[in-house]
Amino acid sequence: MGILKTFALGGVHPEENKLSSHAAIEVLPVPKQVIVPLGQNLGAPSKAIVKKGDKVKVGQLIAEAGGFISANIHSPVSGTVLKIDPAIDSTGYRRPCVFITVEGDEWDENIDKTDTLIPEIALTPEEIVNRIKSAGIVGLGGATFPTSVKLMPPPGKTAEFLIINGVECEPYLTSDHRVMLEKGQEIMVGIQILMKALKVEKAFIGIENNKKDAITYLSELSQSYQGIEVVPLKVQYPQGGEKQLIKAVVNREVPSGKLPIEVGCVVQNVGTALAVYEAVQKNKPLIERVVTVTGKGVKKPSNFLVRIGTPVEQLIEAAEGLPENTGKVISGGPMMGKSLTSLDAPVVKGTSGILIMEKEESGRKTESPCIRCSKCTYVCPMGLEPFLLAKAAKLGKFEMAENEMIMDCIECGSCQYTCPANIPLLDYLRLGKLKVGQAIRNRNKK
Amino acid sequence: MNKFTISGSPHVHGDESTKKVMYGVVIAMIPAVLVGVYYFGLDAVRVLLLAVAASLFFEWLIQKYLIKGPLTINDGSALVTGILVALNVPSNLPGWMVIIGALVAIGMAKMSFGGLGKNVFNPALVARVFLLVSFPVQMTSWPKPTPITDGLVDVITGPTPLGIVKEGLGNGQTMSQLSTELPSYTQDMVGNIGGSLGEVSALALILGGVYMLWRKIITWHIPVSVLATVAIFSGIFWGFDPEHYADPMFHMLTGGLMLGAIYMATDMVTSPMTKSGQLVFGFGVGLLTILIRMWGAYPEGVSFAILIMNAVVPLINKGFKPRRFGVKPGVEVKA
Amino acid sequence: MDNIIVIAVLALGGLGLIAAVVLFFIASKFRVFEDPKIDEVEEALPSANCGGCGYPGCRAFAEATVKSAKENKSIEGLNCPVGGNDVMQTVGNILGLAVDATDPMIAVVRCNGSFAHTPAKVKYEGATSCAFAHALYGGEGGCQYGCLGLGDCVAACNFDAIHMNPETGLPEVNDKCTACNACVIACPRDIIELRKRGPKDKRIFVSCVNMEKGAAAKKNCEVACIGCSLCQKACAFDAITITNFLAYIDFNKCTLCRKCVEVCPTNAIHEINFKPRKPKPESAPEKTVVRKSETVEKEAVPAKEQIEKGDTKAPDATTEVKEDIKVTKE
Repeated sequence: MGILKTFALGGVHPEENKLSSHAAIEVLPVPKQVIVPLGQNLGAPSKAIVKKGDKVKVGQLIAEAGGFISANIHSPVSGTVLKIDPAIDSTGYRRPCVFITVEGDEWDENIDKTDTLIPEIALTPEEIVNRIKSAGIVGLGGATFPTSVKLMPPPGKTAEFLIINGVECEPYLTSDHRVMLEKGQEIMVGIQILMKALKVEKAFIGIENNKKDAITYLSELSQSYQGIEVVPLKVQYPQGGEKQLIKAVVNREVPSGKLPIEVGCVVQNVGTALAVYEAVQKNKPLIERVVTVTGKGVKKPSNFLVRIGTPVEQLIEAAEGLPENTGKVISGGPMMGKSLTSLDAPVVKGTSGILIMEKEESGRKTESPCIRCSKCTYVCPMGLEPFLLAKAAKLGKFEMAENEMIMDCIECGSCQYTCPANIPLLDYLRLGKLKVGQAIRNRNKK
Repeated sequence: MNKFTISGSPHVHGDESTKKVMYGVVIAMIPAVLVGVYYFGLDAVRVLLLAVAASLFFEWLIQKYLIKGPLTINDGSALVTGILVALNVPSNLPGWMVIIGALVAIGMAKMSFGGLGKNVFNPALVARVFLLVSFPVQMTSWPKPTPITDGLVDVITGPTPLGIVKEGLGNGQTMSQLSTELPSYTQDMVGNIGGSLGEVSALALILGGVYMLWRKIITWHIPVSVLATVAIFSGIFWGFDPEHYADPMFHMLTGGLMLGAIYMATDMVTSPMTKSGQLVFGFGVGLLTILIRMWGAYPEGVSFAILIMNAVVPLINKGFKPRRFGVKPGVEVKA
Repeated sequence: MDNIIVIAVLALGGLGLIAAVVLFFIASKFRVFEDPKIDEVEEALPSANCGGCGYPGCRAFAEATVKSAKENKSIEGLNCPVGGNDVMQTVGNILGLAVDATDPMIAVVRCNGSFAHTPAKVKYEGATSCAFAHALYGGEGGCQYGCLGLGDCVAACNFDAIHMNPETGLPEVNDKCTACNACVIACPRDIIELRKRGPKDKRIFVSCVNMEKGAAAKKNCEVACIGCSLCQKACAFDAITITNFLAYIDFNKCTLCRKCVEVCPTNAIHEINFKPRKPKPESAPEKTVVRKSETVEKEAVPAKEQIEKGDTKAPDATTEVKEDIKVTKE
């Protein structure tokens, strides 16, 4: 295969720990009650259109997009709306959620529940985008950016390539991997749909070389589709970052502060491609997703197909329980995931995995003085100087942090992962980004 | 139920630590230490033990009673400084001077700046230069290497190869006249020449350097740029006038250049943070070394060169930034 | 020999003379006129450069006052919170204007979620920064409005006036507070508020900012305001408003009658620097909450002379004792 492509700057290679890569996707039984948060996507939260006591079917719209960058939410179950009340979600805050008591499993009649593959794309590009928009599809890689927005390039910009993100560079997580292996055909059609919507001729699927079976399978499938090419990539974190993936696959650099469309690329996750297929061909809105439940102490690391709104606790039970010495439960992967405060938090559109870490593994080590080894600088995929930015943020020198391009940080955590002095670099970088972001917004207001 | 921990990502950490870095450097110095002991015998062992013990002691003393901060004596940085102090002095240096060296290194060069990670100058080099200007006689009577296998014999002192050249050329001799007095390159490589405890064997030092490169403790930028600069500049002069200038190979193998380029200039705390900055730093060290060796008062200039460049590091850090992603060189970004 | 001295004196003297002439001309040519009053006003200011007035430093404030006095014939809206009335009077005298007295203010921490009142449900590890922790999660005790206890306010204070109490995990303001507003801005949860210092430093305020429904608030913190509106009914002066299940006492209307304090079922309303109440057995201990031992202690030992001096603090007997010792030392 020769030298594998990867991105140019920095990067780390954490222990992969893909414990659940051979566990086929299991369908998790519908829970007794679901809690559907209204803020599941990047951007504005959605607005509930149901009220207490309403009967809902699976796939029925329960909340409308609350702005341009926002998404519809559909009921993942059938039953009665119990209440709309704040409940804890993966952000660690209690925020408005729709509680639905499950009664049976009655689907909206427009949804095609069969497994038959429909490869012909009947809709026009505009219809596709509208269908995706109404189905409430967001990026399933974790950033949860509304997909339809990405499919509408701003005036004057045209897309040239569609890049499908099958990298799954986060250690432990395997949901994308399993989706690629089990839903390859559907993904291919989904990619065709996205290509049609974007009016591009060429699509690449970037997959890291630790998923050889997926590379082989999708390469085989891609033979029968026009313009789809599988690109095997060297295993390197954070290759799943949009900018890094574009650099690795087509060797273009998204300019600082700009979006991928600037270099003619649109990146979508493989899970999103599958959701797009289901929405466009089967009329099925985004009501379920594949979630990996894993961790070194977990008895049965698995991949589950889960209805949105299912409490995390049920997933863990299905994976045979919470290990004794659990120190941390993370929604997402170990490098970028969010630690959960409660197991009552529901699965949302962006939940790619539930990682259970043992006490020893998850605890932070004692911080010691910076020895200026510059390892953080070497591994930063954006070419920043994390030690400097963290220090600036710590001392409140936000102007300096801004000049040193702190807003370019993609929060991949490579710096903190590699720091020999165990300095919480990313904590301070996030703080800096927060404050600089506020300052920029204030400035723009004036 | 036990309490979950909440913290920001990342939730995993690579197994790198300050301790591992420091002990990695210690391991890398083992070959040089062994060569030193082989050629300078028990004297070398004495200097080593004294320097290490004194460094650790002063580190403990100052942290405990003056700074009153957390004790970091276990992180290995004082051990590295101690060994480096020993490697930088002649093996026949009186014990109390070694102790003063350790005090200067730890107390003056490191702790007075605030401890690990905050010092501007390489502690061991500050000690070497301090001793050199304070006790010039003792610091320049270099013992002749006598392999430990020859048994215990009286120590005879003699000049370093660089000393021979400096004095010879100063007296109007030419290189070809001096060549009989100079050791061969093979001797330079294995360390059978006069010099400080740890600088004699280029081979042992390179071996340690390769180990540090493999462990990713250092990058190639500083050692290579230092050595390349020295080679190029000495080569230019040697090319013009081989009778009055020593050849590049001689410059690279003798004196403290290898020790300096591999162990001292690469010191994380006192070297630039970016690779481009490190190249500039290395170039500066090489150039200053050659200038001092050829025209300065001292036969050897590596220590001064590194210390001078140490002082410039903050400036280099300001001027040489890493290549930013998505920024074309020379193009202003408008956010 | 003499010659040399003469030459030296002449040469240096000459140089000095030339330089002086050049400097004189440059100085007079490029002279910038500045109102001498600016200097005078600046002199009168406390030179804390805290930014509490909204200007970057005392000099900028002095410039602003002089400009305002010249253009508007008043310095209304400009106030040095650190200097207080005295300083503003002096400034007024310098500028020949009358200055209205403003009430002295003090920072008040409106959270009582100490370790005892809001037991930690999770453990936080990471940067010591409230702003970061606020972005990360709701808080160790589960109250997503309450104090995170990482001390951004302490770091922001230029006057050594706010400190974390390690026993409660809450910040406490002491008498050095100048009401410069720095901690108010620093707090990511808007817990700290500037309130009237009050006569003899007597203050009453709601020590809670939780805007959840009563049950939800109570679940995480036993001293949370549950929005029951008993205080509102008890208040004869319309000083209390309730929005989003949270009571707020308007300090301009409050007459410090202490009725609200008595009726609050969760002890969320705090009174500071009042003389201990006469023991009224039927009203005082009969609260609906089972109270912590230390609060009971406080009530049991009302003679604890927490009067005169003091500040916003948790009603823990321990902390008050400590404060008293500190005060007497000073």
